[in-house]
Amino acid sequence: MTDNNNRLGEVIEASTTEFTSQSYDLYGAPPLGTLVRCGGGSGTGVVYGIVFEVATRSLDSTRRPIARGRDEDSEAAIYEENPQLNRLLTTEFRAQTVGHRDDETLRRWLAPLPPRIHSFVHPCHGDELREFAGSLEFVPILLSAPTAATDDVLASFLRRASESYPDPESFLIQAGRQLTPLLGDQLQRLNNILRRLSP
Amino acid sequence: MTQNGSMQPESLVGQTSSQNLGMVVSGSLTEGMEVRLDSSTSIEDIKVGTFVSIQGQRMRFFGVVTEVALKAMDQTMVTSPPDVSNPFIAKVISGTAAYGTITVEPMLTIGGGDNIAGIDGPQPAKTVPPHFSAVGTATDDDIRIVFGEEDENHFYIGNPLDMETRLCLNIEELVKRSNGVFGKSGTGKTFLTRLLLLGILQNGTASNLVFDMHGEYGWKGTSESDNREVKGLKQLFPSKVAVFSLDEESSRRRGLSPDYIVRIGYEEIEPEDVQMLRDTLNLSEVAADAAHALQRKFGRRKWLKSFLDLPTGSDVGELAQELNVNERALSTLHSRLARLDRYHFMDKDSGHDSVNQILNYIERGMHVVLEFGRYGSDLTAYILVANLLTRRIYDRYQRLTEQAMGDQTERPRPLVITVEEAHKFLSPAIADQTIFGTIAREMRKYNVTLLVVDQRPSGIDDEVMSQIGTKFTCLLDNERDIDAVLTGVSGSRKLRSVLARLESKQQALVFGHSVPMPVVISTRDYGSADSYREFGFRDEVELKAQVEQDIADLFGPDGG
Repeated sequence: MTDNNNRLGEVIEASTTEFTSQSYDLYGAPPLGTLVRCGGGSGTGVVYGIVFEVATRSLDSTRRPIARGRDEDSEAAIYEENPQLNRLLTTEFRAQTVGHRDDETLRRWLAPLPPRIHSFVHPCHGDELREFAGSLEFVPILLSAPTAATDDVLASFLRRASESYPDPESFLIQAGRQLTPLLGDQLQRLNNILRRLSP
Repeated sequence: MTQNGSMQPESLVGQTSSQNLGMVVSGSLTEGMEVRLDSSTSIEDIKVGTFVSIQGQRMRFFGVVTEVALKAMDQTMVTSPPDVSNPFIAKVISGTAAYGTITVEPMLTIGGGDNIAGIDGPQPAKTVPPHFSAVGTATDDDIRIVFGEEDENHFYIGNPLDMETRLCLNIEELVKRSNGVFGKSGTGKTFLTRLLLLGILQNGTASNLVFDMHGEYGWKGTSESDNREVKGLKQLFPSKVAVFSLDEESSRRRGLSPDYIVRIGYEEIEPEDVQMLRDTLNLSEVAADAAHALQRKFGRRKWLKSFLDLPTGSDVGELAQELNVNERALSTLHSRLARLDRYHFMDKDSGHDSVNQILNYIERGMHVVLEFGRYGSDLTAYILVANLLTRRIYDRYQRLTEQAMGDQTERPRPLVITVEEAHKFLSPAIADQTIFGTIAREMRKYNVTLLVVDQRPSGIDDEVMSQIGTKFTCLLDNERDIDAVLTGVSGSRKLRSVLARLESKQQALVFGHSVPMPVVISTRDYGSADSYREFGFRDEVELKAQVEQDIADLFGPDGG
């Protein structure tokens, strides 16, 4: 699992329930709902998370960016004229921990320990994503997370996961059916998620 | 979830392997099992009366769907329904948050304990399957295990609802008790009865005596739906069936020659017959009872002729005083009984031995259909003749059976007597007096049983109804009739919903002694050339071909 090219960034803050990573490239964060994996190096366990927040801000919290483009033709020109911006700004993304590997066995619940700082973060695609999405037993963690917009995060994850299946629509229908009992008493919420899932 | 996460609903019809419908979620033996349907099962495919099997841990249960219901996971769904205009949401919600349930009445079990693979056959269900047992449609094999395969004893009567399997009836068990065919007019009672008669005929254990009110069984019948003619028993099995007629003229008009013309002497009529006719002759109880006094006065066999020979008026008045009965009652009786004179089959002067003729045929293993011809629409004639003949046949059977018990000779051949409009013979007021009531109650002791055909089962005495072994019930919609048919049947409340929803043609609910569990059937086809062939009938062309073939087989292709 050491695919350097695929690496998105490194963990800079971690707790049991979530971890924050800094993207190597400005605006290089994975989209909302992406399944990411970190850890797996010597002696550390693999932890899976779903991206629920992406933020770009000044590296130095005491110095806010200032508007620079009054005389520029395009937004891109601002970055060309001010190459230092790529160093002064940083993109970070937060992921909700939803699973881990325990002796190669995939567990879709919280890891016993959070990932270490500077753990490399990779996006999950194809087989790995399909394996993880094979069961939705992690969904309650996401639904009960204290963060905002979990419904959008879940819907985005499911849509992305569906693309790794040969028949995305039937995957989404099955997923919707698994969600229904979990949200049986919150019909409005269920409706919202299902609307986001519908093709 | 599977690789592509899909599950396609399949057709429920004509399956050889069971299709999963859902799982048991709650229930009890008395209330039936509640089964939650899989989201892949369309509720519209499940019908009340469908035969299903439930796989328990050790036993396999068989049951019938008695209720179909819609449920919602949360009550808010009922007040604010989800956005089903979005097909995706509709697909997800249906079967999960809003789902269907069916109630299955567990009827039989197979397996369990030492009874592996049903060596002892199906047993009545005394327990229920555990939670979350899988429920599936019954397969052809299930039907065969439960109802038996078509053979000498098992007669193919129809198909279970929505299935192609042949559902068979154990004829030997059937004829051991009295049976009933019920249903509103035009629901297929006659066709079903004709099938049962054929089943008994083909099986050969018992003989039929049919009081054929409307000429539907003997030579030919008619199909009400398309007005075509269908063959009667005599046409299909000429060598096994004898047609007796009360009305020679009518038979001749239809171009048949009956095997025997039935005539009845006045001397054969007994006071009990008059009791039976109270309703149709509109006689008071006093008037009907006067017949007994008349018999005492004039003697057995002679009373009716002597009474009717009296001129009306003063003579009847004198007689009334002599017998100490009400004069008006007696004169009513006189005038009403005088109507019997109109019947051409009645013979004032001499006795006849129609009964012996019938018994002769039956002893030879034949089946007798008594056609009433024009008297079929005359209830008085029908009741009089049916009652009179049956009573004498029954007396004979009683004697023969008792004799057989005494000296270990052979018991008389079992006889099944078919009567239509049975409530006229078996109404609560007269059931304990008439011979039909006695037969229905004493059942098989004397090897005579009834096949009652009726459209108003509520008019039949409760005690008689409770003794009926197997009931074949076509559509009934009168509450009282349904009650009457279901009295004393376990799970009657649930069968009621099945019964009230039968189709109005060619469907019947069968339950009772000769079937291990209640089942809805679509009755077997009767009336097409193919159906006749299945009964073993060959028309002339085929017979000729068969003979030629036989000759060729015997003597070689050159015929010698």
